[in-house]
Amino acid sequence: MSVPVEPTPVEPSQHRSAPANTGAGEKGRAGAAQAGPEALRPHAEDAFAAELAALAAQDDRPRPARWKLSPWAVATYLLGGTLPDGTVITPKYVGPRRIVEVAVTTLATDRALLLLGVPGTAKTWVSEHLAAAVSGDSTLLVQGTAGTPEEAIRYGWNYAQLLAHGPSRDALVPSPVMRAMAEGMTARVEELTRIPADVQDTLITILSEKTLPIPELGAEVQAVRGFNLIATANDRDRGVNDLSSALRRRFNTVVLPLPESPEAEVDIVSRRVDQIGRSLDLPAVPDGVDEIRRVVTVFRELRDGVTTDRRTKLKSPSGTLSTAEAISVVTGGLALAAHFGDGVLRAGDVAAGILGAVVRDPAADRVVWQEYLETVVRERDGWKDFYRACREVSA
Amino acid sequence: MAGAEGTAGHRPGAGPLLLGVRHHGPGSARAVRAALDAARPRVVLIEGPPEADALIPLAAEEGMRPPVALLAHAVDEPGRSAFWPLAGFSPEWVAIRWALRHDVPARFIDLPATHTLAWQREDTGTPEGKRAPQTDGAPDGEGAPGGDGAPSGEVRPGGDGAPGGDGAPGGEGAEDAPADAGVRVDPLAALAGAAGYDDPERWWEDVVEHRGVGEGDPYAPFLVLEEAMAALREVHGSGGHDRDLVREAYMRLQVRAATREFGEDVAVVCGAWHVPALRRKTAVGADRALLKGLPKVKTDMTWVPWTHRRLARAGGYGAGIDSPGWYAHLFAAPDRPVERWLTKVAGLLREEDRIVSSAHVIEAVRLAETLAAMRGRPLPGLSETTDAVRAVMCDGSDVPLALVRDRLVVGDVLGEVPESAPAVPLQRDLAGLQRRLRLRPEAAERELELDLRGGTDAGRSRLLHRLRLLGVGWGEPAASRGSTGTFRETWRLRWEPELSVRVAEAGVWGTTVLAAATAKAEADAVGAGALAEVTRLAEQCLLAGLADALPVVMRVLADRAALDADVGHLAQALPALVRSLRYGDVRGTDTAALAEVAAGLAERIFVALPPACAVLDADAAEEMRRHVNAVHTAVGLLGDTPMAGHGDLRARWHGVLGVLSGRDTIPGVVRGRAVRLLLDDGEVEQEKAARLMGLALSPGTAPADAAAWIEGFVGGGGGMLLVHDERLLALVDDWLTGVPAQAFTDVLPLLRRTFSAYEPGVRRSLGELVRRGPRPGGGPAGATAAGPPGFGADLDRERADAVLPVLRLLLGLGPDGAGAQDASGGELAGAAR
Repeated sequence: MSVPVEPTPVEPSQHRSAPANTGAGEKGRAGAAQAGPEALRPHAEDAFAAELAALAAQDDRPRPARWKLSPWAVATYLLGGTLPDGTVITPKYVGPRRIVEVAVTTLATDRALLLLGVPGTAKTWVSEHLAAAVSGDSTLLVQGTAGTPEEAIRYGWNYAQLLAHGPSRDALVPSPVMRAMAEGMTARVEELTRIPADVQDTLITILSEKTLPIPELGAEVQAVRGFNLIATANDRDRGVNDLSSALRRRFNTVVLPLPESPEAEVDIVSRRVDQIGRSLDLPAVPDGVDEIRRVVTVFRELRDGVTTDRRTKLKSPSGTLSTAEAISVVTGGLALAAHFGDGVLRAGDVAAGILGAVVRDPAADRVVWQEYLETVVRERDGWKDFYRACREVSA
Repeated sequence: MAGAEGTAGHRPGAGPLLLGVRHHGPGSARAVRAALDAARPRVVLIEGPPEADALIPLAAEEGMRPPVALLAHAVDEPGRSAFWPLAGFSPEWVAIRWALRHDVPARFIDLPATHTLAWQREDTGTPEGKRAPQTDGAPDGEGAPGGDGAPSGEVRPGGDGAPGGDGAPGGEGAEDAPADAGVRVDPLAALAGAAGYDDPERWWEDVVEHRGVGEGDPYAPFLVLEEAMAALREVHGSGGHDRDLVREAYMRLQVRAATREFGEDVAVVCGAWHVPALRRKTAVGADRALLKGLPKVKTDMTWVPWTHRRLARAGGYGAGIDSPGWYAHLFAAPDRPVERWLTKVAGLLREEDRIVSSAHVIEAVRLAETLAAMRGRPLPGLSETTDAVRAVMCDGSDVPLALVRDRLVVGDVLGEVPESAPAVPLQRDLAGLQRRLRLRPEAAERELELDLRGGTDAGRSRLLHRLRLLGVGWGEPAASRGSTGTFRETWRLRWEPELSVRVAEAGVWGTTVLAAATAKAEADAVGAGALAEVTRLAEQCLLAGLADALPVVMRVLADRAALDADVGHLAQALPALVRSLRYGDVRGTDTAALAEVAAGLAERIFVALPPACAVLDADAAEEMRRHVNAVHTAVGLLGDTPMAGHGDLRARWHGVLGVLSGRDTIPGVVRGRAVRLLLDDGEVEQEKAARLMGLALSPGTAPADAAAWIEGFVGGGGGMLLVHDERLLALVDDWLTGVPAQAFTDVLPLLRRTFSAYEPGVRRSLGELVRRGPRPGGGPAGATAAGPPGFGADLDRERADAVLPVLRLLLGLGPDGAGAQDASGGELAGAAR
């Protein structure tokens, strides 16, 4: 699986008041291109422009209207491969092929795509790359928060214009979704379940009727072929603003799984910990891999409800125990080891972090944790130090 | 026949019509039907054991409903057996039914089971050999185009793919994957690889099963397949199955015989793999030579009911197809299979209260079709429809999908066999056992006392327990009279006529009582709902001597225990387990696994008990006290068994009791009980117990709680313990006399509440004891080294002597006992201690 990066996208050029229906295809790109090498993190379509161009050049399969690539090429772009001319496409998402195929096919059937998963499963990453490959533009993005207003999904008004000239197309500030509809592009909605339910509902008409009425002008924006929408949501937060079944019905849902193998997960954790450690200027701590492996093992076992040897079942605690949390446990442990310990990551440094991640519900989770300690950790070879450290912090 | 030319233009080649199929392939089945309709042969030859020829007409009977299996077993050894499962969508079944409907003879032409079963005997021990019978394709439904699905069969861990014979429940024990698994060739995989597929099954589906028959030449698919197989066999020869050559020689001879009898109008339905071999022209003499000197064993055949679940790989001894339900659907659906399938799925999900509208079905169909197009498949297959169901109808979740898989993809279809089918081998095995154990089935009820230390009695007990597991209630255990020893059992026997029917029904589980009971126990364990059920099953397995079923039961037990959050269930399960451990000891079963599980269970109880005891109402607290008692006893017994990795269970249990006794949120009755148990085990000193009692009964405590504490402490049992245990009485007494006068009136109601529940006699004795005061010299302080705590250190000579005359009488020593009297008195006294 790819390193789950949750980017906080900077949108350099979203607030322009150009009329939505005069869709000039290249305008969104201009701003991003200007950001060029200065950007802290380039957009997917810029970072992998060469691969996209190579794919487009050799892609002879039928493309849906306004798609830059055929569905097959989009899947190849995400999963990686070698093109007939020898161009190597790097895998963007390392995970089950089935998932990518279903996601791409969904977009091709003009159904909206909902990517679900616990935090840190590369939802945003996949949605960005899908949009980049399908539409060549991943910047038509609505960042969902509890405060997202309807304007972010439909349209807003430029009040100076509105007061000066009255309601007109010029006074309209289109949302990314509106622009995507007008131009036949892929729009993205991040954290859909955090958006208040009444705001979510504005999506229903857009997704079923493929039209966005503007009653103030007596007009509407009709979606052009090629328009589609990718939403991401965190399935642990279902309770926050659960999707109504009417809205849910308009999405095909794909759940992105947690890393399949322990090796992949250890790899992700140590890579991310390394990056974070460097950005926090933590002193380098040697040889933490064993401890990282142990943290990942504990997380995986509790998450899956079964030991790695598949011989003992376990209860699972209420927390997510995602890869992202494992990363923060290890980072915290590193900070402890660097500043207060002997500079080597030891069981004691991660024990408290693990306890905090596992025991979210003080009553039920504590029993789960202690059971795990007593029935699994205590017997395991080479885990004596870890057991003792955990006993100490749990007491 | 002329008709052939008329309908479909040309019949391929000269000679018999060879229809190569994939066993259990619905597409093959449809193609076979079409080809038979077109060719109208005068005889249909089918790959299968020829001993079953006589059973073919049964297939037309009213009571016969697939899936069923042909069962071959050695007459004198029912455990040696092989199955050829047939589903409604199996090409062989279709061919049989076609022949019966058109009044054309159908014959099985594979090597007779008499040889294949004998092969099995030859290689008993080597799992590979067992595979022999399967040779026939039937079993190998696995997709291998050739009958020999063997290749794909082997890759799987033992048990499943095993075609027929082996994995059969009756087969002898589990077999392991053959050692040479990697060496053999999987013809299907080779072809699929050449076509760029990574999954051979999928390739087969795309190329053969999903091709619609109907328009065009009904023979074409068979011709193409034959060419492919011929090319493969040129490269791979027999693919590593040397016995296939023998089978093919036999089949060639049979085909030749049929051709002599019926001319060219002969159709042969066999695994595609065999077609090139049957087509080849060989000398009759060479074929005969191959068949010379084959071992033989006397065999019997019958039909037995089968299930879809057992056809599925997951079933353990299935035919090795993943999705019998899906295949049955493909075979049965007249048109638009994907739409019909997804509608069926929607129906199932609606039944389970999921909101699935027609719009969902429409979207799912679109997604499945687009996915198929993107994956380059001609039609959506099971994987596309499953992906579509997951994304559209299940919100991406695998949980409802598991239901779809269980109910539809595999399905709950149960086959039926007409009553006229021959007896199943299980009945034979039972009859043999009854003879050997000299245990006649009698209609009259009678009681049977068994001493399990004797060989025959132990065998009888095991047989009765096994039959009980199988639902054949011949004997019911009755309470043993007189003796409570674990080596004694009493049964009440009565053979009801309908038990024979039960035995016949149990035949699906296996061919011997042992194998059937093992299979049944395993299935029961997997399907059991509550933890206590599994523990009971574990106990039954030990009683029935089903050592092979124990690992499965234990695994299920450990899983259930790990996931069961109710400490009450765990506490109920533990005593039964510990009891089983003791039975195991008596019967010499290996109980290490059991002890391990019991210790694990105890540990879970230790962790979960204190939180579970908090904040309970009176009834729940009373129940919890019973659990604490039960666990205490069980841990006491368990602590005797040394166990690696579990340290000192007793010490840890004492720690838990200590926690229980000291926590205010725990109900008084449990706290009091915990203190008492600790006191009995000498883990808490008198003073501490006294202090805890004072705390519990002090004015700050709610009266009801204080009364409960006392109740828990002195124990139910009507107060008899208090009469006899001086130490206990002294504790209560000391505390009571220490209560200040003004507080006494507050305490009084509590005590009255506890003590008024005692019998009048007990109360009187208590009163007398208290009036007499502490016994001189005896006192609680003296009760240290000798005897159980709380009882006098020394014998009461006077009372011990009073017993002696009776003892002498019993032992026949005579009243005057002579000089031995003192000595024997001393001994007896010692024994009395």
